[in-house]
Amino acid sequence: MSEKLKTASTPDDRYYGQFGGQFIPETLMTELQAVAQAYHRYRQDPDFLHDLHTLLRDYANRPSLLYYAERMTKDLGGAKIYLKREDLNHTGAHKINNVIGQALIAKRMGKTRLIAETGAGQHGVATATIAALFGMDCEIYMGKLDTDRQRLNVYRMELLGAKVHPVTTGSMVLKDAVNAALQAWTQRVDDTFYVMGSAVGPYPFPQMVHDFQSVISRESKAQLQAVEHRLPDMVVACVGGGSNAIGSFAQYIDDSSVQLIGCEAAGKGANTGQTAATIEKGTPGIFHGMKSLFLQNDDGQIDQVYSISAGLDYPGVGPEHAQLAALKRATYVGITDEEAVQAFEYIAKTEGIVAAIESCHALAYVMKVAPTMRPDQTIICTLSGRGDKDVAAIARYRGNDLHD
Amino acid sequence: MTNLKQVFDQQKVFMPFIVADDPDVETTVKSIVTLAENGADVVELGLPFSDPVADGPVIQAADLRAFKAGVKTATVFEIVEQARAQTAVPIVLLTYVNLVYKYGYDAFCQRCQQLDISGLVIPDLPLEENAALKAIATSYDVALVPLIAPTSGQRIAKIAAQATGFIYVVSAMGVTGQREQFSKQLAATVAQIRAVTTVPVAIGFGIHSPQQAHELGQLADGIIIGSAIVKLMAAQPADLQVQLADYAQSIKQALG
Repeated sequence: MSEKLKTASTPDDRYYGQFGGQFIPETLMTELQAVAQAYHRYRQDPDFLHDLHTLLRDYANRPSLLYYAERMTKDLGGAKIYLKREDLNHTGAHKINNVIGQALIAKRMGKTRLIAETGAGQHGVATATIAALFGMDCEIYMGKLDTDRQRLNVYRMELLGAKVHPVTTGSMVLKDAVNAALQAWTQRVDDTFYVMGSAVGPYPFPQMVHDFQSVISRESKAQLQAVEHRLPDMVVACVGGGSNAIGSFAQYIDDSSVQLIGCEAAGKGANTGQTAATIEKGTPGIFHGMKSLFLQNDDGQIDQVYSISAGLDYPGVGPEHAQLAALKRATYVGITDEEAVQAFEYIAKTEGIVAAIESCHALAYVMKVAPTMRPDQTIICTLSGRGDKDVAAIARYRGNDLHD
Repeated sequence: MTNLKQVFDQQKVFMPFIVADDPDVETTVKSIVTLAENGADVVELGLPFSDPVADGPVIQAADLRAFKAGVKTATVFEIVEQARAQTAVPIVLLTYVNLVYKYGYDAFCQRCQQLDISGLVIPDLPLEENAALKAIATSYDVALVPLIAPTSGQRIAKIAAQATGFIYVVSAMGVTGQREQFSKQLAATVAQIRAVTTVPVAIGFGIHSPQQAHELGQLADGIIIGSAIVKLMAAQPADLQVQLADYAQSIKQALG
């Protein structure tokens, strides 16, 4: 675990600057506090850490590779580009890191049932996977639109023994899946643990997700040190709720020479209204248990957002990212659907890697920025997931009517 | 400002809930007046939020009807203003914290005071996060009504000790909507509250029949009925006001 874990000895620790908190119905407060207590008890528990590290190594296939993308580096003609290959983890994305951690907490709390929301389906698949491994019941809430976009992942979850609930309220995407999962948790807390998939929601979820995903930057720091003997100049990751990004940034936050870049989904353009660029276009608000930045109207009604990526079209962002943006410690940029799709095609042809469309938002920024940097500089870009799930959708975007 | 405690001291309180602008401003204003004239002691008015995580399908559907009518935060104040021309019934608003936060805690509470709105019920603002709004609401003489759930356990005494207006006891787990079963610990919960405060207790979530109103009314100082009334509104019968009046009278009678 990180040596810089935050302690929650005072109520102020629920917050990152002005962002964070626990804005959740009273029905869930006792349970939420129990989760926080359990987390703070086990995060330093040697048995817990042993189980966590063993599963990360032997089951999730960690450490993930830090791969020098030589062809991409030469082609773009600038900074050296390293890819942190979270796509090579078991289940194909970074989501498993967090799910193993939270499920181990759930097990120690005596829970027998996991519930979760999912956008692209990666978090749902990871949760269903660990539920199968631990012999726990599992129910996944997924927006109806996303179940259509990601049918393959729906089937994978069912294959793993999970029940998938298509959510038909609101815009039928990730936001609505979180609403439904929260409601389901409200109805049944005794035997149920809500495995939050991103660095969002009420405390302690953003902190747990931060800690469990920090393995990404703990590894990348040591791996780059081994080959380059130095810190990276820039770390780039995509941001929906922000879990792979916070994990990619965590160990560099105190290293002021390292530029941290979060890539948000601008959809059809940050100014088109069909966007999910929360930090660029959002305003402070309180939703899904946290004070953070949200895309919302003047009254505070939450917007229905858009992105080609089912994993990034969320109207909010984790509170720690809101704080990193406010402090200008991290910079957040918008990447359009078209830019992400071009990056999807580019890395396939240049490096032979089919990357998740979410991760391609980060790659698209690397493609822009690398040529402006010197060859003695290095960039670490997190490939948060693999892109098999996206092939049919990208084909459709390009006008090929592929059916998955 | 209407003192909620006095209202509760005078009778077992019947508090119906309707959603503002469902299906339009005129109907909401009329319904407030009808309910007030036929047994409602306090009216709870919902300001719809895009993502009402504490509400079940009936109230979510009402929220959608209100959004279709173009409901804004300003609309709910306009409704209360129009209703105030015809009734002095105490009114409390139910909404989610983001709408109050965006309007500005101070501006929102000031507007409430101007319109003689007695209290605010905000399901996603638990004790740990309510200090900022509570201080401002108190300064405008608006009660910030806390909720207590079947799972509140050791939190009950702490919440009750700081309560103003009344305490909203959630009768069952889950979201709003009609139920046949209620939490068995309701009586114990109410007793725990009584041990630390004289602030009145109202029970809500799932009550729909006069029989239930009677039984739960024995336990507490008042009852809140939401989904059953909102369902009546949803059907939009031609004689809606007559049906509302009949229903309100039947509940009030059962409460005694």
